[in-house]
Amino acid sequence: MIPPAFDYHRPESLDAALKLLGAHGDEARVLAGGHSLIPMMKLRMAEFAHLIDLQAIEDLRDIAVGDTIRIGAMTTQAELLDHAGLAEAAPILSEAAMQIADPQVRYMGTIGGNVANGDPGNDMPGLMQCLDATYTLAGPDGTRDVSARDFYEAAYMTAREDDEILVAISFPRHAPGYAYEKQKRKIGDYATAAAAVLIEAEGGKVKSASVAMTNLSDVPVYSEGAGAALLGTACDAAALDAAVIAMLGDIDPMEDNRGPVAFKQHVAGVILRRAIERAWKRA
Amino acid sequence: MNEMTPTREERVANLKGMGCARKRVEDARFTQGKGNYVDDVKLPGMLFGDFVRSPHAHARVKSINTEAALALPGVVAVLTAKDLEPLGLHWMPTLAGDKQMVLADGKVLFQGQEVAYVVAEDRYIAADAIELVEVEYEDLPVITDPFKALEEGATVLREDLEGQTEGAHGPRRHPNHIFLWEQGDKAATEEVIAGAEVVAEEMIYYHRTHPCPLETCGCVASMDKINGKLTLWGTFQAPHVVRTVASLLSGIAEHNIRVISPDIGGGFGNKVGVYPGYVCSIVASIVTGKPVKWVEDRMENLMATAFARDYWMQGKIAATKEGKITGLWCHTTADHGAFDACADPTKFPAGFFHICTGSYDIPVAWVGVDGVYTNKAPGGVAYRCSFRVTEAAYFIERMIEVLALRLGMDAAELRRINFIRKDQFPYHSALGWEYDSGDYHTAWDKALKAVDYEGLRREQAERLEAFKRGETRKLMGIGLSFFTEIVGAGPVKNCDILGMGMFDSCEIRIHPTGSAIARLGTISQGQGHATTFAQILASETGIPADMITIEEGDTDTAPYGLGTYGSRSTPVAGAATALAGRKIRAKAQMIAAYLLEVHDNDLEWDVDRFVVKGAPERFKTMAEIAYASYNQAIPGLEPGLEAVSYYDPPNMTYPFGAYICVMDIDVDTGEAAIRQFYALDDCGTRINPMVIEGQVHGGLTEALAIAMGQEIAYDEMGNVKTATLMDFFIPTAWETPNYTTDWTETPSPHHPIGAKGVGESPNVGGVPAFSNAVHDAFRTFGLTQAHMPHDHWRIWKVASDLGLHG
Ligand SMILES: Cc1cc2nc3c(=O)[nH]c(=O)nc-3n(C[C@H](O)[C@H](O)[C@H](O)COP(=O)(O)OP(=O)(O)OC[C@H]3O[C@@H](n4cnc5c(N)ncnc54)[C@H](O)[C@@H]3O)c2cc1C
Repeated sequence: MIPPAFDYHRPESLDAALKLLGAHGDEARVLAGGHSLIPMMKLRMAEFAHLIDLQAIEDLRDIAVGDTIRIGAMTTQAELLDHAGLAEAAPILSEAAMQIADPQVRYMGTIGGNVANGDPGNDMPGLMQCLDATYTLAGPDGTRDVSARDFYEAAYMTAREDDEILVAISFPRHAPGYAYEKQKRKIGDYATAAAAVLIEAEGGKVKSASVAMTNLSDVPVYSEGAGAALLGTACDAAALDAAVIAMLGDIDPMEDNRGPVAFKQHVAGVILRRAIERAWKRA
Repeated sequence: MNEMTPTREERVANLKGMGCARKRVEDARFTQGKGNYVDDVKLPGMLFGDFVRSPHAHARVKSINTEAALALPGVVAVLTAKDLEPLGLHWMPTLAGDKQMVLADGKVLFQGQEVAYVVAEDRYIAADAIELVEVEYEDLPVITDPFKALEEGATVLREDLEGQTEGAHGPRRHPNHIFLWEQGDKAATEEVIAGAEVVAEEMIYYHRTHPCPLETCGCVASMDKINGKLTLWGTFQAPHVVRTVASLLSGIAEHNIRVISPDIGGGFGNKVGVYPGYVCSIVASIVTGKPVKWVEDRMENLMATAFARDYWMQGKIAATKEGKITGLWCHTTADHGAFDACADPTKFPAGFFHICTGSYDIPVAWVGVDGVYTNKAPGGVAYRCSFRVTEAAYFIERMIEVLALRLGMDAAELRRINFIRKDQFPYHSALGWEYDSGDYHTAWDKALKAVDYEGLRREQAERLEAFKRGETRKLMGIGLSFFTEIVGAGPVKNCDILGMGMFDSCEIRIHPTGSAIARLGTISQGQGHATTFAQILASETGIPADMITIEEGDTDTAPYGLGTYGSRSTPVAGAATALAGRKIRAKAQMIAAYLLEVHDNDLEWDVDRFVVKGAPERFKTMAEIAYASYNQAIPGLEPGLEAVSYYDPPNMTYPFGAYICVMDIDVDTGEAAIRQFYALDDCGTRINPMVIEGQVHGGLTEALAIAMGQEIAYDEMGNVKTATLMDFFIPTAWETPNYTTDWTETPSPHHPIGAKGVGESPNVGGVPAFSNAVHDAFRTFGLTQAHMPHDHWRIWKVASDLGLHG
């Protein structure tokens, strides 16, 4: 549980951080809350000669709530929960953040670290796909935007280049029908299965729906088919069945200590139904 | 002055003696982070040890190259078995009559086994250096299944024992067999079963788990080459025995070894045994002449230091059609891992497992336990229970439920008609125990009434109907458990550890101004000894508990004792404490008689003083007597006021209790929500109700963990799958339900104050209560046995196999 030696850097501006990252290349990682990175280093599953701590870069902590919501990458999960404007504009964010780990982890863990990490167990990536969020990445040649739905390539593999830093996450205000449903073994555990659902209703029917699943594949799973199955329905039994079938076609869970594949598929279905039902009630 | 004189009630209250819910005196420092644990010991020039551990479960060690590690600046030494061999320390004896490798000698037998020990100037360098030790392994076939281990032609795990057909506990019938240990009358039991009206048979598995104390195991060894003294700080539940073992192993005279157990952050049996880390640290300190610290991390603790349970218990229970039990048969296959390092009294290789007739009057019984080697970590400790008592209680409480199913009888009623009756105590069990006391019917009735058992069953039936109508996906389970513990090991005539009789001790010194210090042979690991033992002494000597210091754990100052595990502190050391207190009082009486110029017999004891019979105004308080003992020449009496007592218990004590758990189970997700938990404990005389309640809450929470998710699981290659707290379940406040505690009080007839011990009861009785609730929820669908832990996917699997997912 003791990491190998590393050099610690604490730049005060994004530019300085980018320069350090450019200078050390593969040997360096940015450090946010450290609650994914440090455990990996302590287990010696990851070894980096340089850690570039982003804590001192104030610009990365802004939260702006307008038609679009923009959250600085270094915003902690606790700050997400405490922000009154966010709670009103994006209640699904608070609902999901509350289900991440425990208060100690949430005081340290950042939204940027959570989505940039590429860990299929993290809850924010699936949620961001559901919200159709955009990630803003800063690199040596300026910034670029990548859709959350295009960002994840495989476990711990993302569209982010080694010399880029995630600076902010933005997404539009979401539909009134929302739910983040998660089954876990205990506090501090990653999801056995989790579902993010957003539903907009019109005239008693689903006008738009978005569904994403967490920890059921090596990447978060945005299930276009599940959303489509709900369109135009009143989220009745048949619609739920169809959505679940579509979702099951998109996920690819692996057996681990949380259980065998058949169990995970079953729970994914149950969790998705519950999320849809709850979102539909709120829609 | 007179109006200031406290009333008798005030004097009693001031004592904070037995029965008082005195706040724990330890908590002031623990809750402020001011405890002093092994890892807080920091000595000048201290070096740090760390282990190279085997990634393989079974492999030959072809070579170990330490050059690169030794070349790293700051590395002082790298020890391998070759270095320990000349000292005869590459292997060490276990508590169970086996021997164990200290460092891999030619092969490794479990994942995480100690292969080399690196000593470095700081902890970080040590961690870097272990990566630089190059070990070449050659894989061998891995056996993780004890039944496969006993198959003909199975790979021989312990080549060092090849050809040895006689083990420490009798014949070995297979190279991977350790012992067969039998109790009871096999032929008579089998005859009863063959002729019985009803027989229920079941395989009950109590899975492998781990005590996982918050503080892991560790030590600091400091050899002073000038005066030849070795000081060893460590997380030891039995510091005195460690001193003796260290002396025997190292050849250092026992008076030159001082063992200190400072504050211990939980033990639960994990800290009873002797681990390679201690041996290597001592050797390293002797070799380098510097203090050496070794503290394992969480993964090392879960992978390599002593596990618990892992018993496969095949049971048969015979009964009449009316439900009267006529016989019990049990054959257990016990997976001991790579070395038999169980921590049991020497003559009991399966501990007190033969308490498995439980609380029931069973005329004839037999148990046989086969100990087996596998490629898993050694251990088999009593995880918050007396030796193998949790396994026994789980076995019988499951068998009762299985029998109830078979008979179509209510399990509460089945228990009631089979309980040992109050008038049968002292009761001789078919497997050889003498139960000292009990009143099971009273406790059971109180428990059933408290939870409105009938009402719960009605509600359960309604819920079931609703479930069948498709109105709910939740089933309700009612988990019953009635347990009898056997604790307080134990009588020296049949209980010893490495030859040391299992007595315990207390030494008291009363200071001139009427306060006191008492030292015991036990060691608290969170049980609150400093609080409760002072209460015993307060009641016995009349010195307020707040004026008594309790000290344990330093072998240079404390009297010899066998330590704290198996709920033995109160039954054994607590008895020694009471008796030492009585010696003080006896001398105090003589002093008081001298001071008051009366005959000893003219005095009577009153709370905190001796009073002249019939003359209440003439008295001497204990404080006055203490002072007199130091400043007056009393004819015929030595000065001072001290006493020592070594207590050899005449029998074990037999705490018991009735636990009921109500659970709602979601058949689709496998989640179980504990709605209600009622725990009635009878631990005899109650010394401190608040400490008892705390012990019960803690023990129940561990029971919850074990029953509902905690396990040490291996894959087929012998890799540990649950080596971090992400996968090894430790409940937080969030998962922990509310507990309702209750009690009856049946004092032990042979214990000086009637106390029986309580720390482990909740774990022993709790596990079957939780597990039975899960089983009960699925009872009407035909479930007879589902192995623990009952985590989400396993409960889901039960529901799925019963066709409840449509
Ligand atoms: C016990 C425990 C339980 C947990 N349970 C959950 C859970 O249930 N759900 C969940 O979602 N999470 C969980 N987490 C993870 C937690 O939320 C992490 O804090 C989070 O995933 C990572 O955020 P961080 O700020 O700590 O990132 P770090 O650990 O600092 O970084 C993680 C990775 O992302 C990279 N990174 C960080 N920030 C940036 C950036 N701005 N630009 C580019 N790369 C960046 C780092 O280089 C690193 O590779 C748990 C953690 C613990 C310790």
